[in-house]
Amino acid sequence: MNALYLVAIGSVTEGALEWIENAAAEWFPLPLQRLPPLSIPEAAYDRKRGQYQSVEIMKMLAQYAPSNSSRDSRVLGLTDVDLAIPMLSFLFGQAQLDGPVAVVSLCRLHQEFYGLPADESLLRQRTVKEALHELGHTFGLAHCSDPRCAMSLATHIELVDAKEEQYCERCGVRLVRRFAQPGGKV
Amino acid sequence: MKKNWPMLVVDDEDVMCESMTAWLREDGYPVDSASNGQQALELAKSTDYAICFVDLKMPGGMDGIETMMELRRIRPEACVIIITAYAAVDTAIQAMKEGAQEYIVKPCNPQEISMLVARILKLKKLQSENAILRKKLSRHYRHRDIITKNPRLEEILALTQDIASLRSTVLIRGESGTGKELVARAIHFSGDRAERPFITVSCAALTETLLESELFGYEKGAFTGAAAQAKGKFEQADGGTILLDEIGDVSPKLQADLLRVLQERRFYRVGGNEEVEVDVRIIAATNKNLAEEVKRGRFREDLYYRLNVIEIPIPPLRERREDIPLLAEHFAQRISSELGKDINGISGPALKLLIAYDWPGNVRELENVIERAIVTCRNGVLDEQDFSWLQQPGSLENWEVPDVSLDELERRAIIAALERKHGNVKEASAALGIDRSTLYDKLKHYEIAR
Repeated sequence: MNALYLVAIGSVTEGALEWIENAAAEWFPLPLQRLPPLSIPEAAYDRKRGQYQSVEIMKMLAQYAPSNSSRDSRVLGLTDVDLAIPMLSFLFGQAQLDGPVAVVSLCRLHQEFYGLPADESLLRQRTVKEALHELGHTFGLAHCSDPRCAMSLATHIELVDAKEEQYCERCGVRLVRRFAQPGGKV
Repeated sequence: MKKNWPMLVVDDEDVMCESMTAWLREDGYPVDSASNGQQALELAKSTDYAICFVDLKMPGGMDGIETMMELRRIRPEACVIIITAYAAVDTAIQAMKEGAQEYIVKPCNPQEISMLVARILKLKKLQSENAILRKKLSRHYRHRDIITKNPRLEEILALTQDIASLRSTVLIRGESGTGKELVARAIHFSGDRAERPFITVSCAALTETLLESELFGYEKGAFTGAAAQAKGKFEQADGGTILLDEIGDVSPKLQADLLRVLQERRFYRVGGNEEVEVDVRIIAATNKNLAEEVKRGRFREDLYYRLNVIEIPIPPLRERREDIPLLAEHFAQRISSELGKDINGISGPALKLLIAYDWPGNVRELENVIERAIVTCRNGVLDEQDFSWLQQPGSLENWEVPDVSLDELERRAIIAALERKHGNVKEASAALGIDRSTLYDKLKHYEIAR
C-alpha cells in the first residue's frame, strides 16, 4: 500500500514529526505512518569535518523504501545532525529526484545555530518548508524559480525564511496531476 | 530550459559522484557521472555536456588535468570546473592555465556553487543567442544573394517563402550553375528549421557504396576501415534540411533506400540492426529531366512522385537576360573587394557583350568570367577588352568541327580542360562552365582518369 513514512533519526522530538505530518496531509493524498526511530549510522560521520554524510543516511533510509508494488510510497527521515556531502559544506536536506527517499536536517534550522535565541515558531515554519521541499523532489519536482515557493533552492537560511509553507501554483498543479496519474511524471 | 544543459560529474569516489549528481538533479539538470577519465570521455562522445565537474585527483589512469584536456578536445564548448581540495590549489591553478574555466575547493558553500553554475549558464545562453543572431543575419545575406528582376524568378523566390516552414519535399530543377543550392538555402534559412543544420550531399561525386555510408552512416566494423560508428548526413541534418544534389545520378539500390527514408523518415546505418529515426526536410536538386528518366526506366517512378511534391524550375540565365547586368555588377563589386582590386564598374559595350552571350554554365559561369576579367583588368573599369577571350556565338563560325559524335566532342573537351588545369577538377569545371559534381559525373560516365 502507498504511504508516506516519517522516521526520526537520532534525537528528534515527536513534535517536529507532527509539524511535518500536518503540512504533508494537506498536500499529499497518502496515509501517513511513523516508522520506529533510527540511530544515526556510524559510517555517516565524517570525523575531519565534524558533520554527517547525507548519502550514508539516505542509504540507510533506502532499506525502508517501499517495494515496486507501492511505488508512490516515500520515506522522509528527520535528523538533528549537521548534513553535508563531499562537495558542499552543508545541506538543509537531500532527496532522490523522483525516488523514494529524502532526509531533512534540523541542525541549521535552529536560531541557536546562528547564535540567536531559540524560536520554536520559526523552527516549525522552516522544518515544514524544508520537508515540503524534499518531499516535492521525491515526487519529481525540481527547483522552482519563485522564491516564495517551497521548491525554490535555499542555499542559506534567509532564503529558507523567504519561502512560504506551500508550493506555488505551478508546482502545486504538477503535484495534483502527479497524483491523478499515480506513478507518472510531474 | 535546464534540460538543455546536461552536466557530467567525474570523480573516483562513489559518494562524491552520487551526492553531487543528486544535488544537481534536484536543480533540474540532467546529470551523468563517471568514476574515471576514460568513462567520462566515452560519455562525452555521445552527450554535449554544458558543464563537466572534474576531480583533480583521480588515482590510476588519467588524472583530472588529462581528463579535462581530452574532454575539451572532444567537446570544446563544454565548460570544465576542476574540483580540488585545499592542499592542491596550486595544481588547480595549473589546470586553469591548461584550459579549465573554473576551479572550486571542496567543500564549498552551496551558494558559491549555485552562483558559479548560474554564471556559466548565463554566459552559455548569451553565446547561444549570439549564434542564433549570427545565423539570422546570414539568413538575410542569403536572400540578398539571389539577385533578380525576372518575374519568373521573383515568383519562385516568393514561393520559397511560402513553403519555407513546411516539411514537404521539394524538387529543384535547373541547368548547372543556375543557383539550385542557393534556392535550397533560401528555403531552409527562411523557415522554422533555420537554426538547425543545412547539409548538402552531392550524389554524383561518390560511388554507390561511398554515397550509402555518407548518407546513412555506418556501424563500427561495417566494412574495412570502419573503426568507429559514424553518423551519416541524414543524422547530421536531424531537425534541419538535407539537400540531395544531382539526385538523378543515384543508383537504383540507393533510390530504393531513399524512398524508404522519404516514406518513413527511418533508416539503418550501414552494418546496423537498429533503426535510426530522423526529422529531416528533404530538398532534391537535379539538372536532368527526371520525368524523362522515369520514362526511360532509369529513375523510380514512386521516388520521383515522392520527391516532386513541390517543384521549383529555375530558368537558365539566357532566359532572364535582364538579370545579367545586375549580376555582373554584383559579382564585380564583391570579387574586386575580395581580391583588393579597385574596379569602378563595367562599361556599356562590355555589358552588351555579356548580355548577348548564351551562358551555358549560367550564373556560375558569369561569376567565373567576371573574376577572370577582374584579375586581368588594368584600368579600373571592366571593358570589352577584358572579355575578349569570351567565346561569342559568332566567333565559332570558322571553327572546324571534328567529325565525331556529340558525346565524343564532350569527352575531348573535358580531357582538354583537365590537361589545361593540370588535373584540377575545380578549375576544369569552372573553365567548362559546369559545376564540380557534374564534372565528376561526366568523368565517371566517360571513364576518364584524372
